[in-house]
Amino acid sequence: MAVIPVERKPLTFAERTYIPQIISGLKTTLKHMVRKPITLEYPEQRPEIPAGYRGVPTLVYDPNGREKCVSCQLCEFVCPPKAIRITPGEIPSDDPTAHVEKRPEEFKIDMLRCIYCGLCQEVCPEEAIWLQNQFSMSGYTREEMVNDKKRLYELGGTLPDAHFKWDKKKAAEEAGNGHH
Amino acid sequence: MATEYAFPDNAAKTADASQEFQTEKMSVAMGPSHPSTHGVLRLNLDLDGEIVTKCDPVLGYLHRGDEKIAENMTYNQFVPYTDRLDYLAPLANNVAYAIAVEKLANLEVPARCQAIRVICCELARISSHLLGLGAFAMDVGAWTVFMYQFTEREKLYKLFEELTGARFTTSYTRIGGVSRDMPEGWTDRVLAFCDQFLPILDEMLEMLTRNKIFTDRTVDVGIITKAEAIAYGLTGPNARGSGVTVDLRKDRPYSGYEQYEFDVPVGTKGDCYDRYLCRGEEMKQSVRIVRQAIKNMPAGDYYAKDAVRIFAPPKAKVLTSMEELINNFMIVTEGPLMPAGEVYFEAENPKGALGFFVISKGGGVPWRMKIRSPSFCNLSILPKVCQNNLLSDVVAILGSLDFVMGECDR
Ligand code: SF4
Ligand code: SF4
Repeated sequence: MAVIPVERKPLTFAERTYIPQIISGLKTTLKHMVRKPITLEYPEQRPEIPAGYRGVPTLVYDPNGREKCVSCQLCEFVCPPKAIRITPGEIPSDDPTAHVEKRPEEFKIDMLRCIYCGLCQEVCPEEAIWLQNQFSMSGYTREEMVNDKKRLYELGGTLPDAHFKWDKKKAAEEAGNGHH
Repeated sequence: MATEYAFPDNAAKTADASQEFQTEKMSVAMGPSHPSTHGVLRLNLDLDGEIVTKCDPVLGYLHRGDEKIAENMTYNQFVPYTDRLDYLAPLANNVAYAIAVEKLANLEVPARCQAIRVICCELARISSHLLGLGAFAMDVGAWTVFMYQFTEREKLYKLFEELTGARFTTSYTRIGGVSRDMPEGWTDRVLAFCDQFLPILDEMLEMLTRNKIFTDRTVDVGIITKAEAIAYGLTGPNARGSGVTVDLRKDRPYSGYEQYEFDVPVGTKGDCYDRYLCRGEEMKQSVRIVRQAIKNMPAGDYYAKDAVRIFAPPKAKVLTSMEELINNFMIVTEGPLMPAGEVYFEAENPKGALGFFVISKGGGVPWRMKIRSPSFCNLSILPKVCQNNLLSDVVAILGSLDFVMGECDR
């Protein structure tokens, strides 16, 4: 093992007079007086958020306006602090998305419990729940801090979809080669 | 009847000097909300004047029962909880935990994943040591270093944010890999950080190493001899400051540490100054390791592909294939399948050796998990080292031990 003993040099006489330190301290101060500030005036200036940031969890629609969540409750299961509560519900048969069978009747995320871990997004088999860019949440009451389904979709909006698996399944069934 | 008044015999009392000047020992509770106890440590001190005659640490104010929590969730669900152990180096905790569980499954992760983890660990070490130095310097009266190190840590947090999606609570590793690959150009940004960091680190260390006020407060204060360090089970920079050449990255290499060239700084005297010097040098060595890891970054996967019952399948497959969808459900609901058995793994974390002892009865949930936290063991020496020191030196000693209560109380 390459071991290096750390160097301990005794202070020189000049250093023991405190004077060099005072001078270098003043130099540091002066240098920073003319430097560009490194701080951010927060509420006016916002930090840049990188792609893949784990902000407030939200629910999203696919580009056809279908709510992506099929209420499988996997996110509810995995959420370590148990912040998610889902009430599953059937989709009425006259709905244009009736072929998806299920959607959440109610979907609540308690932002006082959520730890922004991103596991819900990671396990979701429908890419329906996304942690997006918003990082600050505030409210006056506890109830305000629970995001219900309406609010979750407001926050989430629409995200692109690469697969449209439910529409493909429907098309396949209509063409007579579904799996059932 | 003449009233009899009793006059106190002042003259006699003054003469009894032993009674007049008798002093008592004073008990002082330092903490749990004292700025220099770095969290919620409480010290019950007995003082004879300014001299500490007894120091009695009281722990447990931050106890959350992490070990019990672990028994009630799958292995992957516990990863966010490891962030909150040593919350100044969450990435290093994530890695240590993942490797411990992988050891249980006898699973070897691909070389790329190992290299990513090494970079994570070393950046976490820099971040943790920076805060350790800054807080230590502030405790003994130097404010500038504190501001400097926060500027540098902000840059590191920007890098962590890009890599993991969160600045602080990274939750980056999974059993069998990491949650996602490095983003495009991330390694270049890490190298750029390293390049600009070294001169600033030198400037920071310059402010303390040759500073008369700082040396007055730290040299020959809180000496821990080599024998004591071993006897009390100190690990990490605290042990190395006392001249114990222990570094798990060298002694029992994990995650491919054996490929990297780096030195282990050790102190000679074991005082606060030595511990400080060791941390300063370790950061430079970490930069060395990061550079080597990036230079030799292997291609390949960032997770163990063949561990199909441990690492969840990629999203694109879950969305298109029924088998993968079912597998995803199984891994999430049952947890990554582990064989029965028990395993102990220790990693060299910034604060010392962080160990996980996992007992599994098979399945995806640990039966028992014990966490050996370095801060807890390092604090065990406090009663010994604080004794017969000045009260103001206790502050310097606490700063130099660089502990985190989140992991101490867990
Ligand atoms: S981010 Fe984590 S804590 Fe928050 S809702 Fe999702 S799984 Fe739960
Ligand atoms: S958000 Fe995803 S994981 Fe959660 S219930 Fe809906 S489909 Fe399932």
